[in-house]
Amino acid sequence: MTRSFREKLIRKAFFGFAAVSIIFLLLIILFLFREALPTFQFVSIGRFIFGMEWYPTYEPPEFGIWPLIVGSLVVTSFSTLIAVPLGVLSAIYISEIAPPAVKEILKPAIELLAGLPSVVLGFFGMVVLAPWLQDTFDLPTGLNIVNASIMLAVMAIPTISSISEDALYSVPREFKEASYALGATRHETIVKVIVPAALSGISTAVILGMARAIGETMVVLMVAGGAAAVPESIFDSVRPMPASIAAEMGEAPFRSNHYHALFATGVVLLVLTLAFNFIADYVSHKFRETGSATL
Amino acid sequence: MRDGDIIVTQDVNFYYGSFRALTGVNISFEKNRVTALIGPSGCGKSTLLRLLNRMNDFIEQTRVEGKVLFEGRNIYDPEVDPVEIRRRIGMVFQKPNPFPKSIFNNIVYGPRLAGGMSRTDLESLAERSLKQAVLWDEVKDILGQSAMMLSGGQQQRLCIARALAMKPDVLLMDEPTSALDPISTAKIEELMEGLKKDYTIIIVTHNMQQAARVSDYTGFFYLGRLIEFNRTGKIFTTPDMKQTEDYITGRFG
Ligand SMILES: Nc1ncnc2c1ncn2[C@@H]1O[C@H](COP(=O)(O)OP(=O)(O)O)[C@@H](O)[C@H]1O
Ligand SMILES: [Mg+2]
Repeated sequence: MTRSFREKLIRKAFFGFAAVSIIFLLLIILFLFREALPTFQFVSIGRFIFGMEWYPTYEPPEFGIWPLIVGSLVVTSFSTLIAVPLGVLSAIYISEIAPPAVKEILKPAIELLAGLPSVVLGFFGMVVLAPWLQDTFDLPTGLNIVNASIMLAVMAIPTISSISEDALYSVPREFKEASYALGATRHETIVKVIVPAALSGISTAVILGMARAIGETMVVLMVAGGAAAVPESIFDSVRPMPASIAAEMGEAPFRSNHYHALFATGVVLLVLTLAFNFIADYVSHKFRETGSATL
Repeated sequence: MRDGDIIVTQDVNFYYGSFRALTGVNISFEKNRVTALIGPSGCGKSTLLRLLNRMNDFIEQTRVEGKVLFEGRNIYDPEVDPVEIRRRIGMVFQKPNPFPKSIFNNIVYGPRLAGGMSRTDLESLAERSLKQAVLWDEVKDILGQSAMMLSGGQQQRLCIARALAMKPDVLLMDEPTSALDPISTAKIEELMEGLKKDYTIIIVTHNMQQAARVSDYTGFFYLGRLIEFNRTGKIFTTPDMKQTEDYITGRFG
């Protein structure tokens, strides 16, 4: 075997491996759309997305997923509100402030958080957080937006923290030195130089954290309460899209209207997740090109 | 210690971990003069420079022995605030390092943090500093644009202006032209000439001609020791030490 032939072979092999994941992705998307499209023979796209009622098993059934979309968006937004400060601040603490000994404990601890099976988190939300919420706020149920948002935040924090941390580490040392040499304190340097210089990475981290939260199934299935209605208070139950799909797929007869509608819900979820990823990509490129100059 | 000395080091040793980078350094820097530090790579020039405004504080596991007197006070005394020292002893680095901010915000970064200045104060300070760094004419119409768009030479002059905006007493420059082309280098040497009367400048340089051109005094370092300290004219014509002569004539280093 000549060397150039071997080189060629190796290159082909690597291309093959890389191609496999793309092929899988395409197959899954193809399948998703094939199963989802028949939905729009019995309900219009408008009524499907903006319809206020989700009664897939009634006679006649209603296939409006607006309450599910709102449920997903609400728990994602609230969890972001909780996870962003905690995730970003802990990243700043780990990368810039913590003494080495503390860092050595904190970093693995946060990584461990990322490794917790979501069913365990869901279980915690059900058994510990839900009763506490119910008692403290005198609610009919502790399985609600607040509970789901907190548990999703716990899931998103490691993502946000570790990506932000990478962004903070990659801020050139020269910037920090320049700042210190101008008589800035460490705190001032963090706020005025390091965080702004890492902002594109931090934004990416936040968006990827949100993408993680919106697609998360088990936690919302267990602790969001499952009510398919547009919520009026943060203590209402909701039924985010992934929870709805997971809960109902087992009961929906194969290739029934309900079955197709669930796949269409999956498409909506996919589109939202992709949108988050595109935004993350765009933000990180956009900032990089301009060197976040005006900050 | 001469009367006009602003910084004096006394028996300074400096360690990175267990490695001793400076040994028994006694050197005095006269006020409103330019002092050049020369010597082969790794002889401790940058280490000494960073010692003078406590920039070595940020490197882990370092240790200083001896005294560094700034206006008679040891800057390594525990009660001395390093931030205060760095405001009065500015620094320009080897590689231009403007912040990814606008030109204006680069200049006023330090003064803004120090506080107590109005917008107009800051604007006139920016103008003054940019003029001192001979950059004003080139950037006066683009103060709001990113400093990252400037050329390397312009960036380095911006960094000088930024340091000057703090109105420091001393300006430390660590090979400020080594990353620049000859024209930018000439511009910076020229502006140093203008700064001399108001500032004490200590410049590390690899470039012997540069040391000869810009400085009044020169210190030659070798392996962490100050081998010779003399008037620049003397060092480059009739140095006292054989090692200095060897280095200057290019026989080693
Ligand atoms: N951060 C550091 N950690 C450990 N050793 C260092 C560090 N910085 C410099 N040194 C060592 O100290 C010596 C002096 O370095 P430096 O002051 O940078 O020399 P110069 O500026 O004269 O080239 C060198 O041997 C270098 O390897
Ligand atoms: Mg050096």
